[in-house]
Amino acid sequence: MPSHPEFAGSFAEGLRTAALPPGAVFCDGDADLRFAVYRNNVSHSLSEALGQRFPVIRRLVGDPFFAALGRVYSETHRPRTPVLLDWGDSFPDFLAGFAPLAGYPYMRDVARLEWARGRAYHAADAAPLDPAAVAGADPSRLVLTLHPSVQVLQFGAAALTIWRQNQPGADAAQRIPSGDQFALVLRDRSLAVQVHEISQGDLILVEHLATGATLHAAAELAQWADPGHAPQTVLVLLMQAGGFIHPPES
Amino acid sequence: MTHLPSGVGVGFKSAHFEAIRASARQMDFFEIHAENYMGAGGVPHAQLTALREDHAISLHGVGLSIGGPGPLDRDHLERLRALCLRYQPESFSEHLAWSSHGTEYLNDLLPLPYTPETLALVCDHIDEVQEALGRRMLLENPSTYLMFEQSSIEETAFLREIVRRTGCGLLLDVNNVFVSAANQQRDPRAYLADFPVEAVGEIHLGGHDEDHLPGGALLIDTHGSPVAEPVWTLFAEVIARIGACPVLVEWDNDVPEWPVLQAEAARARSVLNAAGHRHALAS
Repeated sequence: MPSHPEFAGSFAEGLRTAALPPGAVFCDGDADLRFAVYRNNVSHSLSEALGQRFPVIRRLVGDPFFAALGRVYSETHRPRTPVLLDWGDSFPDFLAGFAPLAGYPYMRDVARLEWARGRAYHAADAAPLDPAAVAGADPSRLVLTLHPSVQVLQFGAAALTIWRQNQPGADAAQRIPSGDQFALVLRDRSLAVQVHEISQGDLILVEHLATGATLHAAAELAQWADPGHAPQTVLVLLMQAGGFIHPPES
Repeated sequence: MTHLPSGVGVGFKSAHFEAIRASARQMDFFEIHAENYMGAGGVPHAQLTALREDHAISLHGVGLSIGGPGPLDRDHLERLRALCLRYQPESFSEHLAWSSHGTEYLNDLLPLPYTPETLALVCDHIDEVQEALGRRMLLENPSTYLMFEQSSIEETAFLREIVRRTGCGLLLDVNNVFVSAANQQRDPRAYLADFPVEAVGEIHLGGHDEDHLPGGALLIDTHGSPVAEPVWTLFAEVIARIGACPVLVEWDNDVPEWPVLQAEAARARSVLNAAGHRHALAS
Protein backbone atom coordinates (compact mmCIF):
# COMPACT_ATOMS: atom_id res chain seq x y z
CA MET A 1 0.00 0.00 0.00
CA PRO A 2 1.45 3.42 -0.93
CA SER A 3 2.17 5.82 1.88
CA HIS A 4 0.16 9.03 1.82
CA PRO A 5 3.10 11.05 0.44
CA GLU A 6 3.52 8.47 -2.33
CA PHE A 7 -0.20 8.52 -3.06
CA ALA A 8 -0.40 12.32 -3.23
CA GLY A 9 2.75 12.52 -5.35
CA SER A 10 1.35 10.06 -7.88
CA PHE A 11 -2.01 11.83 -7.85
CA ALA A 12 -0.41 15.24 -8.48
CA GLU A 13 1.70 13.79 -11.30
CA GLY A 14 -1.35 12.11 -12.77
CA LEU A 15 -3.11 15.46 -12.99
CA ARG A 16 -0.62 16.23 -15.77
CA THR A 17 -0.14 12.79 -17.32
CA ALA A 18 -3.60 11.24 -16.80
CA ALA A 19 -2.01 8.22 -15.11
CA LEU A 20 -4.42 6.93 -12.45
CA PRO A 21 -3.31 7.37 -8.84
CA PRO A 22 -2.52 4.15 -6.94
CA GLY A 23 -5.50 2.25 -5.66
CA ALA A 24 -8.08 4.20 -7.65
CA VAL A 25 -11.01 1.92 -8.21
CA PHE A 26 -14.32 2.26 -9.79
CA CYS A 27 -17.07 -0.05 -10.73
CA ASP A 28 -17.19 -0.94 -14.42
CA GLY A 29 -13.74 0.39 -15.05
CA ASP A 30 -14.42 4.02 -15.86
CA ALA A 31 -12.00 5.27 -13.22
CA ASP A 32 -10.09 7.16 -15.91
CA LEU A 33 -13.14 9.24 -16.73
CA ARG A 34 -13.78 9.92 -13.06
CA PHE A 35 -10.18 10.85 -12.39
CA ALA A 36 -10.56 13.24 -15.33
CA VAL A 37 -13.03 15.25 -13.22
CA TYR A 38 -10.18 16.20 -10.90
CA ARG A 39 -7.85 16.88 -13.82
CA ASN A 40 -10.45 19.09 -15.42
CA ASN A 41 -11.29 20.87 -12.14
CA VAL A 42 -7.65 21.79 -11.58
CA SER A 43 -7.07 22.91 -15.15
CA HIS A 44 -10.40 24.71 -15.55
CA SER A 45 -10.38 26.48 -12.19
CA LEU A 46 -6.85 27.78 -12.68
CA SER A 47 -7.60 28.85 -16.24
CA GLU A 48 -10.71 30.67 -14.97
CA ALA A 49 -8.71 32.42 -12.26
CA LEU A 50 -6.22 33.52 -14.90
CA GLY A 51 -9.00 34.71 -17.18
CA GLN A 52 -10.46 36.86 -14.42
CA ARG A 53 -7.06 38.44 -13.91
CA PHE A 54 -6.38 38.92 -17.64
CA PRO A 55 -9.80 39.55 -19.21
CA VAL A 56 -8.47 41.53 -22.20
CA ILE A 57 -5.97 38.81 -23.09
CA ARG A 58 -8.85 36.33 -22.97
CA ARG A 59 -10.93 38.59 -25.19
CA LEU A 60 -8.07 39.08 -27.64
CA VAL A 61 -7.30 35.38 -28.09
CA GLY A 62 -10.87 34.08 -27.61
CA ASP A 63 -12.24 31.68 -25.00
CA PRO A 64 -11.17 28.34 -26.56
CA PHE A 65 -7.60 29.52 -27.17
CA PHE A 66 -7.43 31.03 -23.69
CA ALA A 67 -8.59 27.78 -22.10
CA ALA A 68 -5.72 25.95 -23.81
CA LEU A 69 -3.29 28.74 -22.97
CA GLY A 70 -4.43 28.67 -19.34
CA ARG A 71 -3.93 24.91 -19.19
CA VAL A 72 -0.37 25.14 -20.50
CA TYR A 73 0.52 28.05 -18.22
CA SER A 74 -1.04 26.47 -15.13
CA GLU A 75 0.76 23.17 -15.73
CA THR A 76 4.13 24.85 -16.16
CA HIS A 77 3.64 27.66 -13.61
CA ARG A 78 1.58 26.21 -10.79
CA PRO A 79 0.53 28.70 -8.09
CA ARG A 80 2.96 28.63 -5.15
CA THR A 81 0.35 29.51 -2.54
CA PRO A 82 -3.45 29.22 -2.22
CA VAL A 83 -3.69 33.00 -2.59
CA LEU A 84 -4.58 33.09 -6.28
CA LEU A 85 -4.65 36.87 -6.39
CA ASP A 86 -0.85 36.65 -6.19
CA TRP A 87 -0.68 34.19 -9.09
CA GLY A 88 0.09 35.21 -12.67
CA ASP A 89 3.01 37.60 -12.31
CA SER A 90 5.00 35.56 -14.83
CA PHE A 91 2.11 35.37 -17.32
CA PRO A 92 3.19 38.43 -19.39
CA ASP A 93 6.66 36.96 -19.97
CA PHE A 94 5.12 33.56 -20.62
CA LEU A 95 2.98 35.12 -23.38
CA ALA A 96 6.05 36.74 -24.91
CA GLY A 97 7.69 33.32 -25.21
CA PHE A 98 4.58 31.41 -26.30
CA ALA A 99 5.28 30.45 -29.91
CA PRO A 100 1.67 30.47 -31.19
CA LEU A 101 1.43 34.15 -30.18
CA ALA A 102 4.74 35.19 -31.74
CA GLY A 103 2.94 37.41 -34.27
CA TYR A 104 1.30 39.48 -31.54
CA PRO A 105 4.10 41.37 -29.76
CA TYR A 106 1.69 43.60 -27.80
CA MET A 107 0.28 40.65 -25.80
CA ARG A 108 2.98 40.85 -23.16
CA ASP A 109 2.40 44.56 -22.58
CA VAL A 110 -1.39 44.23 -22.44
CA ALA A 111 -0.89 41.50 -19.83
CA ARG A 112 1.54 43.72 -17.88
CA LEU A 113 -1.14 46.40 -17.78
CA GLU A 114 -3.76 43.93 -16.58
CA TRP A 115 -1.41 42.60 -13.90
CA ALA A 116 -0.73 46.16 -12.72
CA ARG A 117 -4.47 46.83 -12.51
CA GLY A 118 -4.91 43.73 -10.34
CA ARG A 119 -2.08 44.81 -8.07
CA ALA A 120 -3.65 48.24 -7.71
CA TYR A 121 -7.03 46.68 -6.90
CA HIS A 122 -5.57 44.67 -4.01
CA ALA A 123 -2.90 47.15 -2.84
CA ALA A 124 -2.80 48.20 0.80
CA ASP A 125 -5.11 50.96 2.00
CA ALA A 126 -3.58 54.31 2.91
CA ALA A 127 -5.22 57.66 3.66
CA PRO A 128 -4.66 60.23 0.89
CA LEU A 129 -2.46 63.23 1.55
CA ASP A 130 -4.29 66.43 2.44
CA PRO A 131 -3.06 68.96 -0.16
CA ALA A 132 -2.99 71.60 2.59
CA ALA A 133 -0.19 69.60 4.26
CA VAL A 134 2.18 70.43 1.40
CA ALA A 135 0.82 73.80 0.28
CA GLY A 136 3.69 76.27 -0.06
CA ALA A 137 6.31 73.57 0.57
CA ASP A 138 9.77 74.08 -0.95
CA PRO A 139 9.99 71.64 -3.92
CA SER A 140 13.71 71.17 -3.32
CA ARG A 141 12.91 69.70 0.11
CA LEU A 142 9.50 68.13 -0.57
CA VAL A 143 9.41 64.33 -0.71
CA LEU A 144 6.03 62.96 -1.74
CA THR A 145 4.95 59.42 -0.78
CA LEU A 146 3.00 57.52 -3.43
CA HIS A 147 -0.05 55.41 -2.63
CA PRO A 148 0.83 51.67 -2.73
CA SER A 149 -1.43 51.23 -5.77
CA VAL A 150 0.47 53.71 -7.97
CA GLN A 151 2.43 52.13 -10.83
CA VAL A 152 3.81 53.47 -14.11
CA LEU A 153 4.49 51.35 -17.18
CA GLN A 154 6.16 51.84 -20.53
CA PHE A 155 4.97 49.90 -23.56
CA GLY A 156 6.90 49.32 -26.74
CA ALA A 157 3.76 48.59 -28.72
CA ALA A 158 0.39 50.31 -28.54
CA ALA A 159 -0.74 48.15 -25.63
CA LEU A 160 -2.66 50.93 -23.92
CA THR A 161 -4.75 51.68 -27.01
CA ILE A 162 -5.39 47.99 -27.59
CA TRP A 163 -6.39 47.54 -23.95
CA ARG A 164 -8.81 50.50 -24.21
CA GLN A 165 -10.34 49.16 -27.41
CA ASN A 166 -11.15 45.95 -25.61
CA GLN A 167 -13.03 47.46 -22.71
CA PRO A 168 -16.79 46.86 -22.57
CA GLY A 169 -18.54 49.36 -24.83
CA ALA A 170 -15.30 50.76 -26.24
CA ASP A 171 -14.91 52.11 -29.74
CA ALA A 172 -12.78 49.54 -31.55
CA ALA A 173 -12.12 51.83 -34.51
CA GLN A 174 -9.42 53.96 -32.87
CA ARG A 175 -6.22 54.39 -34.76
CA ILE A 176 -3.38 52.27 -33.43
CA PRO A 177 -0.50 54.68 -32.78
CA SER A 178 3.09 53.78 -33.46
CA GLY A 179 5.83 54.38 -30.92
CA ASP A 180 5.99 53.95 -27.16
CA GLN A 181 3.09 54.49 -24.79
CA PHE A 182 3.21 55.29 -21.08
CA ALA A 183 0.56 54.49 -18.49
CA LEU A 184 -0.21 55.42 -14.92
CA VAL A 185 -2.26 52.91 -12.92
CA LEU A 186 -3.70 53.71 -9.51
CA ARG A 187 -6.66 53.10 -7.25
CA ASP A 188 -8.66 56.26 -6.59
CA ARG A 189 -10.47 57.49 -3.47
CA SER A 190 -13.59 55.49 -4.38
CA LEU A 191 -11.41 52.33 -4.69
CA ALA A 192 -11.84 52.20 -8.47
CA VAL A 193 -8.72 51.34 -10.47
CA GLN A 194 -7.86 54.06 -13.01
CA VAL A 195 -5.61 53.80 -16.06
CA HIS A 196 -4.26 57.03 -17.58
CA GLU A 197 -2.06 57.65 -20.58
CA ILE A 198 0.83 59.84 -19.50
CA SER A 199 3.97 61.22 -21.11
CA GLN A 200 7.49 59.87 -20.88
CA GLY A 201 8.37 62.78 -18.58
CA ASP A 202 5.43 61.92 -16.31
CA LEU A 203 6.67 58.34 -16.08
CA ILE A 204 10.18 59.43 -15.17
CA LEU A 205 8.87 61.90 -12.62
CA VAL A 206 6.75 59.26 -10.88
CA GLU A 207 9.57 56.69 -11.00
CA HIS A 208 11.88 59.10 -9.19
CA LEU A 209 9.22 60.12 -6.67
CA ALA A 210 8.83 56.42 -5.94
CA THR A 211 12.51 56.14 -5.05
CA GLY A 212 12.27 59.05 -2.60
CA ALA A 213 13.64 61.87 -4.76
CA THR A 214 12.50 65.39 -3.91
CA LEU A 215 9.85 66.89 -6.15
CA HIS A 216 12.42 69.31 -7.53
CA ALA A 217 14.94 66.58 -8.36
CA ALA A 218 12.31 64.32 -9.91
CA ALA A 219 10.98 67.17 -12.07
CA GLU A 220 14.51 68.05 -13.24
CA LEU A 221 15.22 64.46 -14.19
CA ALA A 222 11.92 64.28 -16.06
CA GLN A 223 12.72 67.42 -17.98
CA TRP A 224 16.19 66.20 -18.82
CA ALA A 225 14.80 63.04 -20.40
CA ASP A 226 11.69 64.67 -21.89
CA PRO A 227 12.58 68.28 -22.77
CA GLY A 228 9.74 70.71 -22.15
CA HIS A 229 8.04 68.39 -19.71
CA ALA A 230 5.77 70.18 -17.24
CA PRO A 231 5.00 68.21 -14.10
CA GLN A 232 1.72 69.91 -13.17
CA THR A 233 -0.70 67.69 -15.09
CA VAL A 234 0.37 64.38 -13.56
CA LEU A 235 0.84 65.94 -10.10
CA VAL A 236 -2.72 67.30 -10.13
CA LEU A 237 -4.01 63.97 -11.38
CA LEU A 238 -2.22 62.11 -8.58
CA MET A 239 -3.30 64.58 -5.91
CA GLN A 240 -6.96 64.51 -6.96
CA ALA A 241 -7.13 60.73 -7.22
CA GLY A 242 -5.50 60.15 -3.84
CA GLY A 243 -2.21 59.01 -5.35
CA PHE A 244 -0.17 60.69 -2.62
CA ILE A 245 -0.38 59.63 1.00
CA HIS A 246 0.95 60.92 4.27
CA PRO A 247 4.51 59.70 4.78
CA PRO A 248 4.82 56.61 6.95
CA GLU A 249 5.72 57.42 10.54
CA SER A 250 9.40 56.88 11.02
CA MET B 1 -17.52 25.13 17.98
CA THR B 2 -19.43 27.75 16.06
CA HIS B 3 -21.19 30.93 17.06
CA LEU B 4 -23.12 31.26 13.82
CA PRO B 5 -26.80 31.91 14.38
CA SER B 6 -29.24 29.13 13.60
CA GLY B 7 -30.72 30.40 10.38
CA VAL B 8 -29.83 30.85 6.74
CA GLY B 9 -26.84 32.46 5.08
CA VAL B 10 -25.42 32.60 1.58
CA GLY B 11 -21.95 32.67 0.14
CA PHE B 12 -21.01 36.31 -0.32
CA LYS B 13 -20.19 37.46 -3.84
CA SER B 14 -18.75 40.89 -4.50
CA ALA B 15 -21.22 41.42 -7.36
CA HIS B 16 -24.11 41.24 -4.88
CA PHE B 17 -22.74 43.84 -2.50
CA GLU B 18 -24.91 46.77 -3.62
CA ALA B 19 -28.05 44.64 -3.81
CA ILE B 20 -27.43 43.35 -0.28
CA ARG B 21 -26.93 46.86 1.05
CA ALA B 22 -30.05 48.08 -0.73
CA SER B 23 -32.32 45.35 0.60
CA ALA B 24 -33.63 44.93 4.12
CA ARG B 25 -31.52 42.65 6.27
CA GLN B 26 -32.56 39.15 5.28
CA MET B 27 -29.58 36.88 5.79
CA ASP B 28 -28.60 35.53 9.18
CA PHE B 29 -24.97 35.28 8.08
CA PHE B 30 -22.63 35.41 5.11
CA GLU B 31 -19.86 32.98 4.30
CA ILE B 32 -16.69 34.13 2.59
CA HIS B 33 -13.85 32.19 1.02
CA ALA B 34 -10.87 33.14 3.14
CA GLU B 35 -8.39 33.13 0.25
CA ASN B 36 -10.29 35.90 -1.56
CA TYR B 37 -9.54 38.26 1.33
CA MET B 38 -5.81 37.75 1.54
CA GLY B 39 -4.91 40.81 -0.48
CA ALA B 40 -3.67 43.83 1.41
CA GLY B 41 -6.60 46.24 0.93
CA GLY B 42 -9.04 47.74 -1.55
CA VAL B 43 -12.60 46.73 -2.41
CA PRO B 44 -12.60 43.20 -0.90
CA HIS B 45 -11.73 44.43 2.59
CA ALA B 46 -13.95 47.51 2.31
CA GLN B 47 -16.93 45.32 1.41
CA LEU B 48 -16.20 42.75 4.08
CA THR B 49 -15.78 45.44 6.73
CA ALA B 50 -19.16 46.91 5.79
CA LEU B 51 -20.82 43.49 5.69
CA ARG B 52 -19.35 42.52 9.00
CA GLU B 53 -20.88 45.57 10.74
CA ASP B 54 -24.32 44.02 10.78
CA HIS B 55 -23.91 40.35 9.89
CA ALA B 56 -22.37 37.24 11.36
CA ILE B 57 -19.52 35.92 9.20
CA SER B 58 -18.44 32.37 8.45
CA LEU B 59 -14.83 32.18 7.29
CA HIS B 60 -14.50 29.21 4.93
CA GLY B 61 -11.03 28.16 3.83
CA VAL B 62 -10.41 26.29 0.60
CA GLY B 63 -6.62 26.12 0.47
CA LEU B 64 -5.18 24.80 3.72
CA SER B 65 -4.74 21.23 2.43
CA ILE B 66 -5.64 19.59 5.73
CA GLY B 67 -5.72 16.17 4.09
CA GLY B 68 -2.31 16.58 2.47
CA PRO B 69 0.76 14.56 3.39
CA GLY B 70 3.05 17.51 3.98
CA PRO B 71 3.16 19.87 6.93
CA LEU B 72 0.59 22.66 6.88
CA ASP B 73 1.70 25.86 5.15
CA ARG B 74 2.62 28.04 8.14
CA ASP B 75 2.42 31.22 6.10
CA HIS B 76 -1.09 30.34 5.04
CA LEU B 77 -2.09 29.51 8.59
CA GLU B 78 -0.75 32.90 9.63
CA ARG B 79 -2.85 34.59 6.92
CA LEU B 80 -5.92 32.80 8.27
CA ARG B 81 -5.03 33.83 11.79
CA ALA B 82 -4.74 37.46 10.70
CA LEU B 83 -8.18 37.30 9.05
CA CYS B 84 -9.68 35.78 12.20
CA LEU B 85 -8.14 38.53 14.31
CA ARG B 86 -9.32 41.28 11.98
CA TYR B 87 -12.88 40.13 11.35
CA GLN B 88 -13.61 37.90 14.37
CA PRO B 89 -15.75 35.49 12.30
CA GLU B 90 -18.36 33.44 14.15
CA SER B 91 -17.00 30.28 12.52
CA PHE B 92 -14.00 28.90 10.67
CA SER B 93 -14.33 25.85 8.47
CA GLU B 94 -12.17 23.85 6.04
CA HIS B 95 -12.36 20.65 4.05
CA LEU B 96 -11.48 17.00 4.42
CA ALA B 97 -9.34 17.18 1.30
CA TRP B 98 -5.93 18.23 0.06
CA SER B 99 -5.01 20.91 -2.45
CA SER B 100 -1.25 21.46 -2.31
CA HIS B 101 1.64 19.21 -3.24
CA GLY B 102 5.14 20.30 -2.42
CA THR B 103 5.33 23.90 -3.53
CA GLU B 104 2.41 23.59 -5.94
CA TYR B 105 -1.12 24.74 -5.17
CA LEU B 106 -3.63 22.77 -7.25
CA ASN B 107 -6.82 24.76 -6.56
CA ASP B 108 -9.14 21.80 -6.14
CA LEU B 109 -10.36 19.75 -3.20
CA LEU B 110 -8.59 16.46 -3.88
CA PRO B 111 -9.52 13.15 -2.27
CA LEU B 112 -7.58 11.05 0.20
CA PRO B 113 -7.77 7.38 1.10
CA TYR B 114 -9.14 6.80 4.57
CA THR B 115 -6.51 4.86 6.51
CA PRO B 116 -5.02 4.94 10.01
CA GLU B 117 -2.10 6.90 8.51
CA THR B 118 -4.25 9.64 6.96
CA LEU B 119 -6.46 9.76 10.05
CA ALA B 120 -3.45 10.57 12.21
CA LEU B 121 -2.21 13.17 9.71
CA VAL B 122 -5.55 14.92 9.44
CA CYS B 123 -5.95 14.98 13.23
CA ASP B 124 -2.47 16.45 13.67
CA HIS B 125 -3.29 19.14 11.11
CA ILE B 126 -6.59 20.00 12.77
CA ASP B 127 -4.88 20.21 16.16
CA GLU B 128 -2.40 22.63 14.62
CA VAL B 129 -5.12 24.77 13.03
CA GLN B 130 -7.19 24.94 16.20
CA GLU B 131 -4.12 25.86 18.23
CA ALA B 132 -3.00 28.55 15.77
CA LEU B 133 -6.45 30.10 15.45
CA GLY B 134 -7.37 29.65 19.10
CA ARG B 135 -10.77 28.23 18.21
CA ARG B 136 -12.55 25.04 17.27
CA MET B 137 -13.03 24.55 13.56
CA LEU B 138 -15.59 22.77 11.43
CA LEU B 139 -14.46 20.12 8.95
CA GLU B 140 -16.52 19.58 5.77
CA ASN B 141 -17.27 16.21 4.18
CA PRO B 142 -16.09 16.18 0.55
CA SER B 143 -17.62 15.46 -2.83
CA THR B 144 -15.69 12.55 -4.30
CA TYR B 145 -15.41 11.07 -7.79
CA LEU B 146 -13.11 8.15 -7.07
CA MET B 147 -12.62 5.55 -4.37
CA PHE B 148 -9.36 3.95 -3.30
CA GLU B 149 -8.86 0.30 -2.53
CA GLN B 150 -6.44 1.15 0.29
CA SER B 151 -9.22 2.93 2.19
CA SER B 152 -9.94 0.83 5.25
CA ILE B 153 -12.23 3.21 7.13
CA GLU B 154 -15.70 4.45 6.15
CA GLU B 155 -15.85 8.21 5.68
CA THR B 156 -18.45 8.60 8.44
CA ALA B 157 -16.30 6.60 10.88
CA PHE B 158 -13.26 8.59 9.78
CA LEU B 159 -15.07 11.86 10.55
CA ARG B 160 -16.40 10.56 13.86
CA GLU B 161 -12.90 9.60 14.97
CA ILE B 162 -11.52 13.01 13.91
CA VAL B 163 -14.17 14.69 16.04
CA ARG B 164 -13.34 12.42 18.98
CA ARG B 165 -9.60 13.01 18.76
CA THR B 166 -9.53 16.74 17.97
CA GLY B 167 -12.76 18.12 19.37
CA CYS B 168 -13.52 19.85 16.07
CA GLY B 169 -17.04 20.16 14.74
CA LEU B 170 -18.38 19.15 11.33
CA LEU B 171 -19.79 21.02 8.40
CA LEU B 172 -22.31 18.69 6.80
CA ASP B 173 -22.56 19.42 3.09
CA VAL B 174 -25.76 17.66 2.04
CA ASN B 175 -25.06 18.21 -1.65
CA ASN B 176 -21.65 16.57 -1.21
CA VAL B 177 -23.32 13.60 0.48
CA PHE B 178 -25.70 13.25 -2.46
CA VAL B 179 -22.95 13.69 -5.08
CA SER B 180 -20.55 11.23 -3.47
CA ALA B 181 -23.25 8.64 -2.82
CA ALA B 182 -24.47 8.81 -6.42
CA ASN B 183 -20.91 8.51 -7.72
CA GLN B 184 -20.22 5.55 -5.46
CA GLN B 185 -23.63 4.02 -6.17
CA ARG B 186 -24.45 3.97 -2.51
CA ASP B 187 -27.40 5.15 -0.44
CA PRO B 188 -27.07 8.75 0.81
CA ARG B 189 -29.56 7.98 3.60
CA ALA B 190 -27.34 5.20 4.92
CA TYR B 191 -24.43 7.66 4.95
CA LEU B 192 -26.49 10.27 6.78
CA ALA B 193 -27.80 7.71 9.25
CA ASP B 194 -24.21 6.97 10.24
CA PHE B 195 -23.05 10.59 10.16
CA PRO B 196 -22.05 11.97 13.59
CA VAL B 197 -24.77 14.63 13.50
CA GLU B 198 -24.16 15.62 17.12
CA ALA B 199 -20.98 17.38 15.90
CA VAL B 200 -22.65 19.34 13.08
CA GLY B 201 -22.16 23.10 13.41
CA GLU B 202 -23.27 24.12 9.94
CA ILE B 203 -24.96 22.68 6.86
CA HIS B 204 -24.09 23.48 3.25
CA LEU B 205 -26.42 23.29 0.28
CA GLY B 206 -25.34 23.83 -3.32
CA GLY B 207 -25.99 22.79 -6.88
CA HIS B 208 -24.32 20.05 -8.93
CA ASP B 209 -24.07 18.97 -12.55
CA GLU B 210 -25.00 15.53 -13.82
CA ASP B 211 -23.28 13.51 -16.51
CA HIS B 212 -23.53 9.89 -17.56
CA LEU B 213 -20.68 7.43 -17.96
CA PRO B 214 -20.73 3.81 -19.05
CA GLY B 215 -20.51 2.72 -15.41
CA GLY B 216 -23.32 4.97 -14.23
CA ALA B 217 -24.13 8.55 -13.31
CA LEU B 218 -21.38 11.04 -12.67
CA LEU B 219 -22.37 13.96 -10.48
CA ILE B 220 -20.02 16.93 -10.23
CA ASP B 221 -20.09 19.44 -7.39
CA THR B 222 -20.12 22.67 -9.37
CA HIS B 223 -22.00 25.21 -7.18
CA GLY B 224 -23.25 26.68 -10.43
CA SER B 225 -26.98 25.91 -10.34
CA PRO B 226 -29.96 25.69 -7.96
CA VAL B 227 -29.96 23.05 -5.22
CA ALA B 228 -31.34 19.82 -6.71
CA GLU B 229 -34.70 18.46 -5.53
CA PRO B 230 -33.32 15.23 -3.99
CA VAL B 231 -30.85 17.35 -2.01
CA TRP B 232 -33.70 19.50 -0.66
CA THR B 233 -35.45 16.30 0.42
CA LEU B 234 -32.35 14.97 2.21
CA PHE B 235 -31.84 18.37 3.81
CA ALA B 236 -35.40 18.42 5.17
CA GLU B 237 -34.86 14.94 6.62
CA VAL B 238 -31.65 16.04 8.32
CA ILE B 239 -33.29 19.14 9.79
CA ALA B 240 -36.26 17.09 11.01
CA ARG B 241 -33.74 14.89 12.81
CA ILE B 242 -31.37 17.48 14.31
CA GLY B 243 -33.46 20.66 14.46
CA ALA B 244 -32.49 24.12 13.30
CA CYS B 245 -28.84 24.98 12.72
CA PRO B 246 -26.84 27.42 10.56
CA VAL B 247 -27.55 26.61 6.90
CA LEU B 248 -25.64 28.02 3.96
CA VAL B 249 -26.58 28.15 0.28
CA GLU B 250 -23.47 28.15 -1.93
CA TRP B 251 -23.45 29.43 -5.50
CA ASP B 252 -19.90 30.09 -6.74
CA ASN B 253 -20.01 29.72 -10.53
CA ASP B 254 -22.37 31.35 -13.04
CA VAL B 255 -23.42 33.47 -10.08
CA PRO B 256 -27.06 34.53 -10.52
CA GLU B 257 -28.76 37.82 -9.76
CA TRP B 258 -29.28 38.45 -6.06
CA PRO B 259 -33.05 37.66 -6.07
CA VAL B 260 -32.34 34.13 -7.35
CA LEU B 261 -30.01 33.46 -4.45
CA GLN B 262 -32.49 35.08 -2.09
CA ALA B 263 -35.15 32.65 -3.29
CA GLU B 264 -32.89 29.65 -2.60
CA ALA B 265 -32.20 31.01 0.87
CA ALA B 266 -35.92 31.56 1.46
CA ARG B 267 -36.60 27.95 0.59
CA ALA B 268 -33.96 26.78 3.06
CA ARG B 269 -35.52 29.03 5.67
CA SER B 270 -38.95 27.55 5.08
CA VAL B 271 -37.52 24.09 5.77
CA LEU B 272 -36.02 25.33 9.04
CA ASN B 273 -39.25 27.04 10.00
CA ALA B 274 -41.34 23.95 9.28
CA ALA B 275 -39.02 21.85 11.44
CA GLY B 276 -39.14 24.45 14.21
CA HIS B 277 -42.91 24.31 14.06
CA ARG B 278 -42.90 20.52 14.34
CA HIS B 279 -40.44 20.64 17.23
CA ALA B 280 -42.65 23.18 18.98
CA LEU B 281 -45.69 20.94 18.54
CA ALA B 282 -43.82 17.92 19.82
CA SER B 283 -42.55 19.58 22.97
